[in-house]
Amino acid sequence: MSAPLSRTGRQYVAAARALLLATLVLGLVYPLAVTGLAQVLAPGQADGSLVKANGAVVGSSLIGQAYSDADEDPLPQYFQPRPSASEYDGTASGGSNLGPNSPELAALVEERRTAVAALNRVDPADVPPDAVTASASGLDPHISPAYAAIQVDRVAAIRGLPAAEVASLVAQYTSGRDLGFIGAPHVNVVQLNLALDGLGEA
Amino acid sequence: MSAAAAGWLQVALLVAALVAVHRPLGDWMARVFTTDRHWRVEQLVYRAVSVDADSEQRWPVHLRSVLAFSVIGVLFLYLLQRVQLWLPLSNDMTAVEPGSAWNTAVSFVTNTNWQGYSGESTMGHLVQMAGLAVQNFVSAATGIAVAIAVVRGFARTRTDRLGNFWVDLTRAVTRILLPLSMIGAVVLVLGGVVQNLSSGTEVSTLAGATQFLPGGPVASQEAIKEIGTNGGGFYNANSAHPFEGPTAWVSLFQVFLLLLIPFALPRTFGRMVGDQRQGYAILGVMATLATASITLVSWFEARAGGTATQLAGAAMEGKEVRYGEPLSALFGAATTLTSTGAVNSLHDSYTPLGGGVVLLNMMLGEVAPGGVGSGLYGMLVLAVVAVFVAGLMVGRTPEYLGKRLGRREMTLASLYLLATPALVLIGTAVAIAVPAGQASLLNEGPHGLSEVLYAFTSAANNNGSAFAGLSANTPFFNVALGLAVAFGRFLPIVLVLALAGRLAAQGRTAVTAGTFPTHRPLFVGLLTAVTLVVVGLTFFPALALGPLAEGL
Repeated sequence: MSAPLSRTGRQYVAAARALLLATLVLGLVYPLAVTGLAQVLAPGQADGSLVKANGAVVGSSLIGQAYSDADEDPLPQYFQPRPSASEYDGTASGGSNLGPNSPELAALVEERRTAVAALNRVDPADVPPDAVTASASGLDPHISPAYAAIQVDRVAAIRGLPAAEVASLVAQYTSGRDLGFIGAPHVNVVQLNLALDGLGEA
Repeated sequence: MSAAAAGWLQVALLVAALVAVHRPLGDWMARVFTTDRHWRVEQLVYRAVSVDADSEQRWPVHLRSVLAFSVIGVLFLYLLQRVQLWLPLSNDMTAVEPGSAWNTAVSFVTNTNWQGYSGESTMGHLVQMAGLAVQNFVSAATGIAVAIAVVRGFARTRTDRLGNFWVDLTRAVTRILLPLSMIGAVVLVLGGVVQNLSSGTEVSTLAGATQFLPGGPVASQEAIKEIGTNGGGFYNANSAHPFEGPTAWVSLFQVFLLLLIPFALPRTFGRMVGDQRQGYAILGVMATLATASITLVSWFEARAGGTATQLAGAAMEGKEVRYGEPLSALFGAATTLTSTGAVNSLHDSYTPLGGGVVLLNMMLGEVAPGGVGSGLYGMLVLAVVAVFVAGLMVGRTPEYLGKRLGRREMTLASLYLLATPALVLIGTAVAIAVPAGQASLLNEGPHGLSEVLYAFTSAANNNGSAFAGLSANTPFFNVALGLAVAFGRFLPIVLVLALAGRLAAQGRTAVTAGTFPTHRPLFVGLLTAVTLVVVGLTFFPALALGPLAEGL
């Protein structure tokens, strides 16, 4: 029996068919086509800009890492990244969401400023904003050139390297603004620390 | 170069790019929706869906098509999330909780993309691609289809037909959204956005810990997420996640993508009503409001208001170093001026007044330039009200584009303007009053109120961004915000299609010396003022208790 569908019923049948078609074309063909193109055009980037040391993948140049020991104390031989609300957990991106007047955030900022100043033996006033604030992603791979600069002497001393050599490595992994005016200058901590380890072995 | 100078150059480049593309894109969209020639592939679609592509619909039928397509969309997306554990490419994700699945389904079907869940730990690749990204396309196409029906209401005379929803939906996808997304996705991949089907890689880091690097078909979804002003991130951190926004220029490109169609639609409108100047008047209002908003957010963020912000020395909490403050502020303003809601920085940690302006952007009803389609029809309703106000002043029957605005038309327009604010204010009041709502606040005092006000403003205006400190993945907020999202999308659509139906049925009154010209700077000023006054009167008390109390 096939009673004629009501006009409203016909709308729903059309809707279901349209959605099915959209799911096939936009939900499967389109992303798979883009994946195919991406894997041909820029496979390294499409796979996450992975970086290797001694043949093993040790991370992504885009995803920040923690450089701390088991007690979460910073490893002084590495450039330290920004604070992260998720401790650089790749499965839980996100920030603190603390408000601009949050007493909790104010206390955290003070605490971090003291710790960063002590670790690097600098005046607390010289600790830049990005060193005491958590990023939006919790995975920020970058620090400001100012934060890198106050860490150079510490890293050089502990590794027994001339400060100038470490500073020139920092310069190598420092990028200015894109096209000179988009974004902000930044130092890639992941690549910098990887290069530092490479120096030690050479 | 100073950060401020670099910031203004970014805006200048963005404006130049938008100016360059709005004409060809706007003209193209007008052609798409006025030609009677179907593409071969579209004819196959119409056959498969079994619609007569050459017949047009009256407004109630058009509306029923929109609703039917949306209801089916919600059901399918809900089911897909609930059964993902049995499907391939799901990365061992479990079934999404019913409350969260309902909220997410409604949210994506309505072009909102409010996200109570965290992408990388909740949604498998299949749900992302075949569920969420599909709605990114079709919810945007639905918005465009409704806007085009409304424009036809102004453009046509003595007809009860507003076009065919299924045809406009199909063409919006095949001729606009899909081609643009293909191009956008490739650019994003070249910029470093990931695009793979890997379930992720576990690596051993330099410090000897393990870190999980997620994978996913991100670029394909990222492109339509911006172009369709959807905003739902593949990952929890959205465009702040380095796999979604690897570099500053990619982030600026995303801002361009999310403003692309909304700023081109006024040109389409002008073409379709046969008077380009009318389109440029609308565009002028949108551009004025957008410029003011971007300026204010940038300025407030640079001033670093707030005690914690002052201690840190700059408003860098919740911002990425590679973007810096100016690009973060630009993105924050653009995403709330449209209905996108993607973020490259966390609005909850913005300075009190900077956060207040992004909130105000959404309260404007997202009309400057607004979501794809919804921004244009929202602004046209405001134009109707502006003409009415002008008519009251000189004692003439108001007309817009030769259409008389009588009692019925004004009733519909007024209800349209009241619907969303009512949802926002009632929703906020209820959430603040009940323990289930209060329990979700992260921050205290005025900032806590701002979190809830932001949530309902974002939901009812179909934005989707958040003061994300609010724990919104609770039964109370999943249901309440889901309802705000649904009514916030469909009540205005019902009202605006009814309005369009009445307008199309009218003839066109002749232009006389007494006609109020709606293409002159005077009208641009009036419409801008009406937009601000309507919003100011509605929301000032709430704003005074939230961001203003905190920031002044």
